[in-house]
Amino acid sequence: MAAKRTIRNKAIEEESGSSRRDFIKKSGLLTALALAPPSLVMASENKWDEKIAEYLETVPLSLEVNGVKHTLNIEPRTTLLDLLREQLLLTGTKKGCDHGQCGACTVHVNGTRILSCLSLASMQQNAQVTTIEGLSQGKKLHPMQEAFIKNDGFQCGYCTPGQIMSGIACIKEGHANSREEIREYMSGNICRCGAYHNIVDAITEVKEGGKAL
Amino acid sequence: MKNFQIIRALSSKSAVSSIAKENSAMFIAGGTNLVDLMKKNVVAPDKLIDINGVDLKKIEFLTGKVSIGALAKNSQVAEDKVIKEKYPLLALALAAGASQQIRHMASVGGNMLQRTRCSYFYNTDMPCNKRVPKSGCGAIGGSNRMHAIFGASDSCIAVHPSDMCIALAALEATVLVEGPKGKREIKFTDFHRLPGNTPEKDNTLLEKEIITSIEIPTNNFTKNIHYLKVRDRSSYAFALVSVAVGLDIQNNTIQDARLAMGGVAHKPWRLTEAEEFLKGKTVSEATFKKAADLAMKGARSYGDNDFKLTLGPNAITEALTIAASK
Repeated sequence: MAAKRTIRNKAIEEESGSSRRDFIKKSGLLTALALAPPSLVMASENKWDEKIAEYLETVPLSLEVNGVKHTLNIEPRTTLLDLLREQLLLTGTKKGCDHGQCGACTVHVNGTRILSCLSLASMQQNAQVTTIEGLSQGKKLHPMQEAFIKNDGFQCGYCTPGQIMSGIACIKEGHANSREEIREYMSGNICRCGAYHNIVDAITEVKEGGKAL
Repeated sequence: MKNFQIIRALSSKSAVSSIAKENSAMFIAGGTNLVDLMKKNVVAPDKLIDINGVDLKKIEFLTGKVSIGALAKNSQVAEDKVIKEKYPLLALALAAGASQQIRHMASVGGNMLQRTRCSYFYNTDMPCNKRVPKSGCGAIGGSNRMHAIFGASDSCIAVHPSDMCIALAALEATVLVEGPKGKREIKFTDFHRLPGNTPEKDNTLLEKEIITSIEIPTNNFTKNIHYLKVRDRSSYAFALVSVAVGLDIQNNTIQDARLAMGGVAHKPWRLTEAEEFLKGKTVSEATFKKAADLAMKGARSYGDNDFKLTLGPNAITEALTIAASK
């Protein structure tokens, strides 16, 4: 599924000429070039420095994201969050605080919810990662996604991918037996809009629905 | 974040021999604190030794004790059925720390080695004797609401941040470590240290040593126990003050007592004088208040944290009352 979606996303980008993301990247590059000393521009045109640096500073990584296998070379310092967003262009997982305090970057690794901002991608060899993009089956949303829409479980939506990933895990772990327990086990996901009440409603509804998640 | 090399160690022996050759290498397990510190440039190792492949994840119930591998995850321990039954104080303290995502990532050994959350330690523009020895302490005379009331020094008033360790101090755990010179054991209450003139040292681990496991002796603290954590919100925040209580009550008389506090010192703060006072006493509010007063002897505040002088004894009395009523 995810592979199809990625292809579709690419097609959309090609149709529209260039995406907003490409524009930001290009304009960033132009600014960098304008500010760089001439010798650096020469070096970067030949790309020798980059190639040498890449060879010395990257490590191989194989992992599976939403059922799609990836074999990559990454810098050891790359977080799983940055790998997902910047290299695999799966921007559904959000960067909130980038310091493990907000939960917006929550993904599942080998079936367990973790914070991708505090995980080094280089430590995820052969891991199976599921992000918000991997939940739906074609156009059919995951029951937790449906429940968030139905119960108004969000306002601005920025924390929502993390909330949904965490909510699914909360039920699977067996920590959704009461509103109090849900609140405690969802406390790692902050919502600045304050949609907590409706988020608990959504999780309760999915739990009581008893569907396989 | 500064880039670094990363290698994987597959045994504690190879981890120790890998780090022995390096000057600027660190072990990484869950990474929940270390990656954050590296992002803030508080630490900047040249090499990381990933120890997640080392076989140290087991929880083993042995005669007279439980052995918990240093790489067991916080959630794995907190939700273990037998831990919940035989060491419920540990399970409670673990569940009070961090969030479920972090508990899934964080290891027991890493929890013990996590650094203080003092804001001056994290802010590289500010002086901090723990981060840069002899650079001064920003918290003394600065913003020190979260800071210590026991055992602090003129160099450092930071507090140890773990909840798990408060329970382990009360339960008289032992830390098993391995280093270039072999294996040794450290009493849990001797593992973390007070700042003195060398606040850069959080604990008594020697250089290049690795924690392999902790052991907790079997005990009678299975019923009348409590971990009270007072914080700015009801979950997912560090303790202003926390209290771990274990009471062994027979016929309304306290046979044995264990008490330790978090959020008040550079190490888990065991309240031995109050424990001794409680032994043999009948359960009563007056007894608990007297124990709390004894526990606060020698406390000293620094301005923003003056409230801890009142909150501390109230929390002790409350935790004892709740534990006794279970």
